[in-house]
Amino acid sequence: MAELNMPSLGADMAAATLVEWLVAPGDAVKRGDVVAVVETEKGAIEIEVFEDGVVAELLLEEGVKVPVGTTLAMIESSGASAPAPVSPPPPVSPPAPVSLTPSPSPASPPPASLAPSADGFVRSSPAARRRAAALGLDLGAVTGSGPGGAVRLADVEAAQVSAPVTPATPAEKAAAAREAMRRAIAAAMARSKREIPHYYLSLEIDLRVALAWLEERNRDRSVTERVLPAALLLKAVARAAVKYPEFNGFYQDDRFQPSAAVHLGVAISLRKGGLVAPALLDVQDRDLDGLMTGLTDLVIRARGSRLRGSEMSSPTLTVTNLGEMGVPAVFPIIYPPQVAIVGFGRVTERPWVSEGRVIAAPLVTATLAADHRASDGHRGGLFLRAIDRLLQHPEKL
Amino acid sequence: MTRADARAAILAALSEIAPEADYDDLDPEDSLREQLDIDSMDLLRLAQLLHEQVGVEIPALDYPKLDTLDGAAAYIAARAG
Repeated sequence: MAELNMPSLGADMAAATLVEWLVAPGDAVKRGDVVAVVETEKGAIEIEVFEDGVVAELLLEEGVKVPVGTTLAMIESSGASAPAPVSPPPPVSPPAPVSLTPSPSPASPPPASLAPSADGFVRSSPAARRRAAALGLDLGAVTGSGPGGAVRLADVEAAQVSAPVTPATPAEKAAAAREAMRRAIAAAMARSKREIPHYYLSLEIDLRVALAWLEERNRDRSVTERVLPAALLLKAVARAAVKYPEFNGFYQDDRFQPSAAVHLGVAISLRKGGLVAPALLDVQDRDLDGLMTGLTDLVIRARGSRLRGSEMSSPTLTVTNLGEMGVPAVFPIIYPPQVAIVGFGRVTERPWVSEGRVIAAPLVTATLAADHRASDGHRGGLFLRAIDRLLQHPEKL
Repeated sequence: MTRADARAAILAALSEIAPEADYDDLDPEDSLREQLDIDSMDLLRLAQLLHEQVGVEIPALDYPKLDTLDGAAAYIAARAG
């Protein structure tokens, strides 16, 4: 019997609301099947199972918000199990106003209905009272875990997390979702700047060969088979990351843990505001057509808010491409616990010296923000040079 | 295909790609990219949807002709014959 737990869908996620079950007890499931939809700061995310089996029991009702790690269902496994994908640890310093202590019986969130003492007085800590007031939560309705049943800060936060979501109008929901996403971005980026000693490098890359090759390749192809320059850039980054592993992986438990696979986070801006960076998995092994198909699918689903849990939790290195907005270069912030992020500015014709002459060439400025705890600038420079070299031989990508 | 038909097909495709954008104040002679905040991925999607729905194949080199609503409608109407 295996547990299906609420996964951590990024370092900045502490809790999520189960929106919908897509399976019922007795259903057979295969590894990779989507079994539930949860609502997070990043929108609705699909939760997959990581082994073959049969759904034995659903432990959580729809509409309930629970901390990361809470058991959602039991799966009777049929043997063919596979390890869950690498996922970042739960946040060190929780971002949203929901700081979580593991609930003693995570399967069933504590009922928010413990009677206060007869005289109406509720024993509680000052921090718990302040937080309860801020959340508009009735202290008498919170189960206390302190001495004599006193309500502590952690109890208030746990109660808030397990409180069912109240129905709201679509407009209110959209506004709340935007605000939650803003808070999630704020928490992750503030943590990054607080904890990660960033260093920044940049390199101008001549794209004459790559773009000419791509144009030739796309010329006779139908619109459904065309490859955008973005796919070439992603592939080059992934190949370079295999050669320079200190830019691909997580910094956790006070040390860098490299990843063999390159799961590239792709920063995708959402038109209504905000951004997500879901992963394209195993980019190092995919050909350009497969990569382009995957990228198109990812962008459509990101903007339709239907991403999968494995995509949200697994990026080992992120690429951001602000060039679309017209800026020549971007100096990005690392998404913890990752250790590097590569940025590409806009591709423009600029002066370039080639064989002693100044010519106009399509150039892109590639930047690298990297974690100085995991790597040094010299290696960072070699990593950027490797991306450049790979782009000079697009036919090999 | 008339320009009006082409225009309707383009707007239908765009509202699938960018449903949250505001189409009431769209200036037909101004850049779609800038007004709707669409990127190269969206533009490729637009070409794919028009291919599916109108049967027009748009070579990559012609993408600049899709930059305004008026320009795109004229282009699609002409290509669709």
